[in-house]
Amino acid sequence: MSHDTLFAEVTDPANRADPYPLYARLRETPVSRQGDGSYVVSTHAAIRGLIFDPRLSSEDLPPSQRPPTGNPFKDWIVNPIKNRVVNAHRPLIFRDPPDHDTLRAIVMEQFTIPRVRGVHREVEGIVEDLIDKLQGRDEICLVEDFSYPLPVMVICRLLGVPEEDEEQFQKWATVLATALEPDSRGDEEARHATATAFDAISDYMRGLIKEKRKNPADDMLSGLANPEPGKPAMGDFDLIASAILLLVAGHETTVNLITNGMLTLIRHPEELDRLRRDPERAPRLIEELLRYEPPVHFRTRKALGDIDIAGTTIPAGAPVILLFAAGNRDPARFADPDRFDPDREDNQHFGFGGGLHYCLGAPLARIETEIALNALVRRFVAPRLLQDPPPYRPGASLRGPEKLGIGLERIA
Amino acid sequence: MSADRGVVVVGASLAGLRGAEALRRGGYAGPLTLVGDEPYQPYDRPPLSKHVLAGELRPDATALPHLVDLDATWRLGQPAVGLDRAARMLRLADGSALPYEKLLIATGARARSWPVTEKTGPLPSGIHTLRSRDDAAALRAALAAGPKRVLIVGAGLIGCEAASCCRDLGLAVTLADPNPTPLARILGSRIGGVIVSCLDTAGVDFRPGTHVDAFEADAAGRVCRARLKQGAAIETDCVIVALGATRDTGWLAEAGLMADEGGLTCDVACRALDADGQPAPGIYAAGDVARTPNPLHVGRLAAFEHWGNAVAQAGHAARNMLAAEDDQQEYRHLPAFWSSQFGINIKGVGLADGADTVAVMQGSRASRRFLAVYGREGRTIAAISFDQARWLPAYAERIEAGVAFPPILGATDQSIKDFGVPDFPQPRSR
Amino acid sequence: MTEPHETGARPLRVVVDLNRCQGYAQCCYAAPEQFEMRGHEILFYDPTPPSEKQAEIARAAQACPVRAISFDTGAKA
Repeated sequence: MSHDTLFAEVTDPANRADPYPLYARLRETPVSRQGDGSYVVSTHAAIRGLIFDPRLSSEDLPPSQRPPTGNPFKDWIVNPIKNRVVNAHRPLIFRDPPDHDTLRAIVMEQFTIPRVRGVHREVEGIVEDLIDKLQGRDEICLVEDFSYPLPVMVICRLLGVPEEDEEQFQKWATVLATALEPDSRGDEEARHATATAFDAISDYMRGLIKEKRKNPADDMLSGLANPEPGKPAMGDFDLIASAILLLVAGHETTVNLITNGMLTLIRHPEELDRLRRDPERAPRLIEELLRYEPPVHFRTRKALGDIDIAGTTIPAGAPVILLFAAGNRDPARFADPDRFDPDREDNQHFGFGGGLHYCLGAPLARIETEIALNALVRRFVAPRLLQDPPPYRPGASLRGPEKLGIGLERIA
Repeated sequence: MSADRGVVVVGASLAGLRGAEALRRGGYAGPLTLVGDEPYQPYDRPPLSKHVLAGELRPDATALPHLVDLDATWRLGQPAVGLDRAARMLRLADGSALPYEKLLIATGARARSWPVTEKTGPLPSGIHTLRSRDDAAALRAALAAGPKRVLIVGAGLIGCEAASCCRDLGLAVTLADPNPTPLARILGSRIGGVIVSCLDTAGVDFRPGTHVDAFEADAAGRVCRARLKQGAAIETDCVIVALGATRDTGWLAEAGLMADEGGLTCDVACRALDADGQPAPGIYAAGDVARTPNPLHVGRLAAFEHWGNAVAQAGHAARNMLAAEDDQQEYRHLPAFWSSQFGINIKGVGLADGADTVAVMQGSRASRRFLAVYGREGRTIAAISFDQARWLPAYAERIEAGVAFPPILGATDQSIKDFGVPDFPQPRSR
Repeated sequence: MTEPHETGARPLRVVVDLNRCQGYAQCCYAAPEQFEMRGHEILFYDPTPPSEKQAEIARAAQACPVRAISFDTGAKA
């Protein structure tokens, strides 16, 4: 089969459970042109060459275009304005320098080391509570019972979003995350759903920011909404976009890391035992997990100029798919790459991406995952998979199990 | 390899340590001896001119981690004084001799000191150099005593870092250099001019085009004044001589190798060359002392005083020491360095000197955040970043590939309006 | 950052390859008393942290996206 349809196969849900053989074939052509004119980059060296290349733009989203409603006032006045606002105020993962840098610096100003490390005890409490609730059950769904609620509760507390509103924005978050998947971008219906969810979550955030200005608390949104005089601040549209980004990212990524972690550990019982005996092994185990089963498999960019790389010229304007998860399994960079080996040295993976868009929440994800996995292996007695492979969520990029049924002897 | 003679590493330095570790990693299990002229275990130098001067780190805090169990014999505080290649013996200052099967020379360099002649007489006290741990400790003590004015002679990387530290300590500083700007030799004055604005903001009294001629002492023999060639004088009670380094090859004077204060000449495989230009059996060199032909700069011998080169070249030399005669691999290394001063992280790749054009690719000189590339005869040869290191790996790859200048066009945050001649000074006459 | 210290226990020894360092600051989250960003991209670190910081230093080394941090426990000579 020709290589120019391989990426279509990657996005095919039938290959979700094990995309790695497809990645191996893609790596045969490090930068591979697909039938639709996009370029898939799949070797470690080529990805590394491109994440530091200033000709690769993140401003690659198609312009926001709300579908017609039939209401002339909406179609001619309101929606064009909304479209323009959305286009001009993309969240920072869709922005290039210098705007990106300004926005990221302002967010980082709130994502302080004490604040992030300060969640440690809270995470421990949430983790133990979630596991306590499972007492008496011999079958659980890890996603529903544990790895979805944990990061959501953490990001809500960190941002200052009331947890009781969770049910509303869970749906919005799913829709908005789906919009990031490349195969849903051109779809009229999906774009309508995205626009609707975006408007709803924007309204919600606008209200919340107003509230944070009235009653500031010790949380990130309060900090962003009430900048210290003289410090750089962002306008309300950027603030809303940033808040949505943080909330969605908090919903849709760490869940995969924790679920993939437990899935991988149950598939490698000797590693599960070793972690149980030695919790200090968690940091290196998590780095290997980020290489082996990363929560985000690829990100798309756009070539601003012609880029010569690995024997191919990516023409200006072409979409470029950085297939991080394939680079993570590149045998030219990692010995025996399909082996899960936490003792691996020099593990320079792309589990959190790389370059200037390196995952902003990485330190938080590491803390949550370490506490979560250590608690799960300590307290789950004789865990086994009820279904292997488990069913997966639709996304090929934000890839993770939809459900992870685990059978247990008991909870310790 | 003969088991009883084993490997001797001369120079208990970063290069010496990493070379010894690479030998062990490479499977060498025989006797291993490290010889060092200073009484200390290998230590890291970059913090000395920054955090040690600032008093944030103690001078003894920078001992390097050992990344492999070395199982080595250490001969510290014991300078090598001679080499008998015929007998394969290294002579040490205490009169003892060390037999070797293979030798790794990593003696590095020492600070170029102020020339003392019969005419000048002995130097006054209070004149420092800054390279070794003891240098840094002495200078730190002098700065902590609160001198009235520090005079730094030489506005290279060390001179500028020292100036930055002194200002952080609230000390009055004069920085004198014969060139129009700091860092003129490594970056050219067009880019060096950015440091002029930093010096200005920081309140350093910068004296370009200035040649210090001599130092005068007070009655107690302490330095009190620097006389300039132009006739004027600078009052100072603490001097830092920052005029670069000379390679530590004096002990090789009788060894019949191609060695002088510019380095020990090696071939591409890091093998030391004898006077006839032939590789001397079993003798390798790495780090600051090793002057090698660099495949990236054809026809040119260069010795790099770079941290990354010390590590990479020592590893490479160790690899070749363990390999067969017909498997001696070429050392290819893209020079890279960093410096931090005036709150700015400066990183460079490639060799900028000799460039005919420099262009700012991202950011701007005015903002003190930029990335600039250097071209020579239409080829990209170097890049420098001031607080803009994130793009540097992409430019480094293009430099290694020797692509046309300027590289990477049509990029984000790019408007190439700022380009021109880099303004390097005339080469130093030796 | 802690003051230069002298403790009974032998300190750890840490070195960062600052050519490799890209200022991702992951080490600062893992071991904030030992690693600190200054300005936009200068990393300042404690090359001899006390031995009780070993777990934090190990976390920092693991979290570094470019694997620029090396350390030993000071036990070897």
